[in-house]
Amino acid sequence: MGAIRLEKVKKTFGTLDVIPGVDLEINDGEFVVFVGPSGCGKSTLLRLIAGLEDVTDGKIKINGVDVANEAPAKRGLSMVFQSYALYPHMTVFNNIAFGLKMAGESKDVINDKVNNAAKILNLTDYLDRRPGALSGGQRQRVAIGRAIVRNPAAFLFDEPLSNLDAALRVNMRLEITGLHQELKTTMIYVTHDQVEAMTMADKIVVLQAGRVEQVGKPMDLYSKPANKFVAGFIGSPKMNFLGGTQAAKYDCHEIGVRPEHLVVSTEQGEIPATVKIAEHLGAETYLHVNSDEFGPMTVRATGEMPLSGNDKIFLTPEQDRIHRFDANGLALGHPLNA
Amino acid sequence: MEKKQTPLSYLSFSAFAWVVGLLIFFPIFWMVLTSFKTELEAVSIPPSFISFDWTLENYAEVQERSNYFKFAMNSVILAVGSTLVGLVFAVTCAWAMAFNPTKRTKDALLWMLSTKMMPPVGVLVPIYLVFRDWGLLDTRFGLIMVLFLMNLPIMVWMLYTYFKEIPTDILEAARMDGATLPKEIIFVLLPMALPGIASTMLLNVILAWNEAFWTLNLTTSDAAPLTAFIASYSSPEGLFWAKLSAASTLAVAPILVIGWFSQKQLVRGLTFGAVK
Repeated sequence: MGAIRLEKVKKTFGTLDVIPGVDLEINDGEFVVFVGPSGCGKSTLLRLIAGLEDVTDGKIKINGVDVANEAPAKRGLSMVFQSYALYPHMTVFNNIAFGLKMAGESKDVINDKVNNAAKILNLTDYLDRRPGALSGGQRQRVAIGRAIVRNPAAFLFDEPLSNLDAALRVNMRLEITGLHQELKTTMIYVTHDQVEAMTMADKIVVLQAGRVEQVGKPMDLYSKPANKFVAGFIGSPKMNFLGGTQAAKYDCHEIGVRPEHLVVSTEQGEIPATVKIAEHLGAETYLHVNSDEFGPMTVRATGEMPLSGNDKIFLTPEQDRIHRFDANGLALGHPLNA
Repeated sequence: MEKKQTPLSYLSFSAFAWVVGLLIFFPIFWMVLTSFKTELEAVSIPPSFISFDWTLENYAEVQERSNYFKFAMNSVILAVGSTLVGLVFAVTCAWAMAFNPTKRTKDALLWMLSTKMMPPVGVLVPIYLVFRDWGLLDTRFGLIMVLFLMNLPIMVWMLYTYFKEIPTDILEAARMDGATLPKEIIFVLLPMALPGIASTMLLNVILAWNEAFWTLNLTTSDAAPLTAFIASYSSPEGLFWAKLSAASTLAVAPILVIGWFSQKQLVRGLTFGAVK
């Protein structure tokens, strides 16, 4: 059981407001991802929940109990760090067992739980090794093992995959998602990688400058971003923002069109443009183009497109997929901004 | 950037290192040699190197005249005692400074170090008076306190440097795992900092062993360590070089042996963090 509720949580370092006041509801069993550019306060928010930083003001309730002034160990949470943070002088077994030993569990219980966790994480053959003798992926699994044996109310992940190479990252991403399906424990996951956010989350919290910009299901953030920041941050390649004649046509300050929602033609269309660079990936083609009116734009076309540099093309936004923004960058017609 | 070493520069560097090494070693070598001579040969000119009558009588006489083992025992107790007491304070100080620094931490560290820049004689009178009034003169307890306080800045500095190298994440992981502060320090921090702690202790033992100013001024007999033992051989009736050498050899021998066997650890410890 692990429902977490943040009420007006505030954090200042000296005179700097890192988190000006966040309200957030995380349901039991939910996989929540905090995402945002570096320095947006997502790690700080996670550390506030963990208890590794003291809140300046506000309440952190775990299962209804305010733990804002409790020590980290008293909160019943487990954390997986970006650097793994394994104890280098202990074997894998002792690394995983450390929390249980601190809790005063009996030897039999410790043995059972550690062996069980090792089985889930494929670490059985490595229990006698030290972290120094393991690969990056194995170390990360030990860190996860250390977290699961304590049977926590929630898991906290602080950018756990950033130290792994690309191929391993995809594997570990699937493993963590699988683990969540198996354990059904609340997980809070911090990342700056919006692909991780989109693929793993039940609920994404987009943060900027310590403020929550939008909370929602991955596809809701993709199709109904509340503002320009979220629209630009979620989705890769980034959304194109167009003013001028296009904005006037839709009666707003600016429109946003995702690269995959631009129709490409070599004969006719609304926006004439010149191809600068064409990236052919086989399954899709990325076109980096320049339009006289709107400047650089990105287009994502499915399949192979026989285009190359300096080709003249025409782009037309798909009318029902455009996003309208007002002068403050808020999405027009969005329920959050009504 | 690594420069390519020519054989000539390599040779001259080696020769230079050997000259410096021998210069530093010579007084110790001469001391040991003299301790095996008679008093007459010890002062003879020109000095004899190998061709003299080797004798152990100085050692016998030194042991007869003053109880070497009593002094040696005091040296061990003072060196080890001040190191252990110092360690308790230094570990906690260095922990606070390395992992919970404030705006003033750097200043505090510099201030601690600056106390080592003052000549100790400047505080001799007040400390002597305190010792006299509190009945600490010529007690091991009193000397342990003085030696530990004298070396505390160095211990804190060394441990601070080691602790700085330890990732905070790991201590936070221990905190998440339910370790209380003492457990976090004992089970996680100390084992990880063990090489650093070992060299800090070693250096402190050596410094305390060699400390002469306070041991000579604050002891007479009961708590007198080997430094006082050597000093007792520079007598008013004239210097007995051979006996003084024998006493000195006996006094430096233990620490020399310890230093020899732990030199790897010591060098690694003193350059820790500098090369990483």
